[in-house]
Amino acid sequence: MGYPHPSHPKETVVLSKYFGDAAARTHQGWVERGGYEGLKKALGMSPDAIIEELKASGLRGRGGAGFPTGLKWGFMPKGDGKPHYLCCNADESEPGTFKDREIMRWTPHALIEGCAVACHAIGAETCYVYIRGEFTDPWDVMEKAVAEAYAAGTVGANAMGSGKRIDIVLFRGAGAYICGEETALMNSLEGKRGNPRIKPPFPAAAGLFGMPTTINNVETLAAVPHILNRGAAWYKALCLGNPKSTGTKLFSVCGHVMKPGNFEVTMGYPMKDLIYEMAGGLRPGRTLKAVIPGGSSVPLMNREEAESALCDYEGIIEKGSMLGSAGFIVMDDSADIVYEVYRLAKFYAHESCAQCTQCREGTAWTTKILERILKGQGKQEDLGLLLELSEQMTGKTICVLSDSCAAPIVSGIQKFQSEFDAYLSRAKAPAPAGV
Amino acid sequence: MSAGHGVTHGGGEEHQPVFTGGALGQLEALYPKFPTRQACLLPALWIIQEERGWISPGAMAEVAVLLGLTPAYVRGVVTFYTMYHTHPVGRHFIQVCTTSPCHLCGSDEVVKALLKESGCGELGATSPDGRFTVIEVECLGACGFATPILVDNDFIESTSPERVPGILAGYR
Amino acid sequence: MSADLVNVTIDGVSVSVPKGTTIIEAAKQAGVLVPHYCYHPSLPSPAVCRMCLVEVEKAPKLMPACVTTVAEGQVVKVMSEPALKARESVLEFLLINHPLDCPICDQAGECELQDYVFQEGRAGTRYADYAKRFNPVEDFGPDVLYVPNRCILCTRCVRFMEDVAETPVLNVSERGDRAYIGIDRGQELDHPWSGNVVDLCPVGSLISKDFLHKARAWDLDKTASVCPGCTQGCNIMIDTRDDVVVRLRPRANLDVNRHFICDTGRADYRWMNRGDRIETPLVRDGTRMVPSDWETALPRLAATIKGATGRVVLLASGRASLESLGWVRRLLESRDVTAAIKVPQGPEAPLPGVPNLALRTERVPNLDGAKLAGYSARWKDALAGVEGAALVVLLDADMDDQEVARLVTAETVIGLQSVDDDRVKCAAMLLPVSTMAEENGTYVNRDQRVQRFTEAKAAPGMARPAWWIASQAWSENNPGQGGPLTSAEAFSGLSDFIPALNGLSYGDLGLTGRVLEPAPTASGARHGAAR
Repeated sequence: MGYPHPSHPKETVVLSKYFGDAAARTHQGWVERGGYEGLKKALGMSPDAIIEELKASGLRGRGGAGFPTGLKWGFMPKGDGKPHYLCCNADESEPGTFKDREIMRWTPHALIEGCAVACHAIGAETCYVYIRGEFTDPWDVMEKAVAEAYAAGTVGANAMGSGKRIDIVLFRGAGAYICGEETALMNSLEGKRGNPRIKPPFPAAAGLFGMPTTINNVETLAAVPHILNRGAAWYKALCLGNPKSTGTKLFSVCGHVMKPGNFEVTMGYPMKDLIYEMAGGLRPGRTLKAVIPGGSSVPLMNREEAESALCDYEGIIEKGSMLGSAGFIVMDDSADIVYEVYRLAKFYAHESCAQCTQCREGTAWTTKILERILKGQGKQEDLGLLLELSEQMTGKTICVLSDSCAAPIVSGIQKFQSEFDAYLSRAKAPAPAGV
Repeated sequence: MSAGHGVTHGGGEEHQPVFTGGALGQLEALYPKFPTRQACLLPALWIIQEERGWISPGAMAEVAVLLGLTPAYVRGVVTFYTMYHTHPVGRHFIQVCTTSPCHLCGSDEVVKALLKESGCGELGATSPDGRFTVIEVECLGACGFATPILVDNDFIESTSPERVPGILAGYR
Repeated sequence: MSADLVNVTIDGVSVSVPKGTTIIEAAKQAGVLVPHYCYHPSLPSPAVCRMCLVEVEKAPKLMPACVTTVAEGQVVKVMSEPALKARESVLEFLLINHPLDCPICDQAGECELQDYVFQEGRAGTRYADYAKRFNPVEDFGPDVLYVPNRCILCTRCVRFMEDVAETPVLNVSERGDRAYIGIDRGQELDHPWSGNVVDLCPVGSLISKDFLHKARAWDLDKTASVCPGCTQGCNIMIDTRDDVVVRLRPRANLDVNRHFICDTGRADYRWMNRGDRIETPLVRDGTRMVPSDWETALPRLAATIKGATGRVVLLASGRASLESLGWVRRLLESRDVTAAIKVPQGPEAPLPGVPNLALRTERVPNLDGAKLAGYSARWKDALAGVEGAALVVLLDADMDDQEVARLVTAETVIGLQSVDDDRVKCAAMLLPVSTMAEENGTYVNRDQRVQRFTEAKAAPGMARPAWWIASQAWSENNPGQGGPLTSAEAFSGLSDFIPALNGLSYGDLGLTGRVLEPAPTASGARHGAAR
């Protein structure tokens, strides 16, 4: 449901059913609402059977990359004698995305349950939940919930009496967007700078502390118990668009809408309805200009693309962008695309880890060019330069941070060039960047 | 491996150990949760900041000894993460999100109101009474509740210029 | 063994390399240099500079050659259009905040940023009108300055201190384009091997105070040599400017010192530039030492040696070449000789990340060579034999005043010395010899590796290698046996005298040396066991 709003009739409420229901936060409350049934079932299943069930469900990673979850778990070695680790990526930092925050704030036990199931499936005894440092409320809620789960014997040395050890350890980030990148997160957990690592080796071979590791997003893990409870067939059937995108998904909608919030719909739901019906549409008298649908790291969609897109992995690619983490930044006709693109470039420049040359220097340089354009001091060749730099910032580095910086810039210029031209031709008054 | 005596470091300022008593207990409770001591670095830095308000060179040297690292290594890590303070800040540290989604919803006005009401005047500065420091931060992850601000550990959603005086009054 | 080899084609050249080889190393085999900054064969690869991006057929994007391992049948294009474009772009990014102060930068002329920009970079900048990032120069330690504005954040220095010196006093501080190399406050870059960060730095960001503004790289002559500092035998380059040694730098030898030398060795070159040298043979005429020439001095040397009856004491420098030690000892063949070198001691300083690499306790380069040639390290015992000896021969021996004072108790003293030492007043003759920097020769290191060093600067005046002087006198006393005329002959001629050399020639040694087989039998040595 679109917390803080009441559930919209067209939502398919699974993960968000108890958002806003404080009683669901407690262990007792969660059990009363059918919680931990999925874990109980999972502990009675073989890891392979769980993985098969997930593969059949079609669940794909909700953190942004959309990698099939069952397949990822299946990559973990078996019988290798090494400790395995699960990392839960709760470093939700993608501008426009605020869904994991609500899962942790309202249904912490859903996440703990998902983590415990995953631990069993991949042969891990420890799950580290990496929560971004700014999430003070979700931290407090999760901390209480974990303590309760230990006290109830749901997790710990003998999880639910299964004889299996499952430890859930919370870990607080300290202000670094890049730690949402899986290998950067592992470095951070190890007490290092949050620098992304070169792959290979992939985490399933050598991840956290050099051991086989699986890393999943909060929303992905929270969906797992539901799949075990209600079956892969049920989950797979939740599909309105492409059969490769199944289940429900939380879409964070923010920016220029009347009712920003998280809306849970079946994959393939029309973006138009999501924005205009569920999120309350735009402010009176305003029209839609652009949507950045995947959190900020994906190309902008113009009005036509946004209004015709279906909300699933393939549907948004078809309309020239990507689903990413499904945080929709909605801009109406009052938005200054040049400024917003500049603001995003500044974000990436601030968050670059400093490892790769193109990212370290490129994000800062593109920010300066955009700043100059906004000041009314841009040069005609600046747009070509931005496009050229963006090309060199794409597909050249260890992680995709600089690609993410380039995506809104390139699409902004391609789809809204007139707004750039207005600054360049001095037709528009300068808008000095910054406060 | 005890925190022991004061560590003189860098400029020669005397560092009073952080990891004694309760703080040391907190840190030691973390050790069994990780296979390496190094992994306790971020949590240890949080403990220091909770205790002292910022992470001084002396504290970095102290934690380095405890975790088997070097002060230079610790500094490299500390400066990577924006939430750790390497200088003293105001009693109340205010972080305002100004990334695109919040900017669209008027975060610039919230920043202006905070700078004016707190007396800080400019971003990063501490108010003359030492009470507040206001900084602009990148996405706080609550874009649906624009504009969120973080005052110390209090996460306040949906602020507006009008709400600012009332919010600050709670910290005076 | 072909199963362990992988065939790849790099810029049209086919090579077979061991499985697991990186593209960048395979390319070297193919004669192709892939431009790079962060990669270094003696450090772990972080693949951060992104300079070594190359096109690999069938790969969806450009691959970093430093961490991508070769696969059978792979076709790599280093000079393809997309790869060149990507590298041009990396160079442009690296230069936007670079001060372009090459005219005052010590690295100019041997700067990889300069080289690659010249080779593959853009002619002009597009980063006009913006202020460049500026940070002040920092003093990192005894010999290292950090110029952050020139830094390209390749992190070689950080990785060296962390992974090789295992003393992580350097870090990357901050992030994004604000990042810089930081040093532990209150600590200096004073690890005994820390000077290597200056060589590792591919640009002019970490520079040596000792070398600061001393010379332009293109004015230097570089000569392959071996460090004379200890028994490790690190391979070095001696850089000279106008016949003056201005610095020593490591030369790669993966079996001895990889790419490193210690700071003690690095700093120990000033003696090579001493001005107080003997420049002509000095022959005693009554109470005076008279300048002479080799035509006069050599027959006199031969005669003196022939004429001396009784014990002979040979006091030599451990810095003398195997050739000189060998030929001087051979000149005294079939005599009752006590030969020794002086071995100064110092604390051992290992480089933890490289097995079997340390500044060694024995601070001479040719202890093992001396032993092969019949010298011992029992300097004091040899010195005790000076009194009443028929003949004492000094081979560039470094002696203190007390030791020099003993010389008067010998019947005859002959000095083959490099330095004009007026304390040696009693000598019958003082013959000028060249130092290791002025001659070709070999040292034998602690692992029995025979390594060549070559002439880096001219010897002063009439100074000659000691082996030449000794072998000329030896020929004089052994009619019909021609002595060696070149250092190569001096070396190969020693196999008769030192069987362990087993007929080796300079050609066999190459420039990275050769480990001697264990000596066949103890009785093989004609000069008898070293005492």
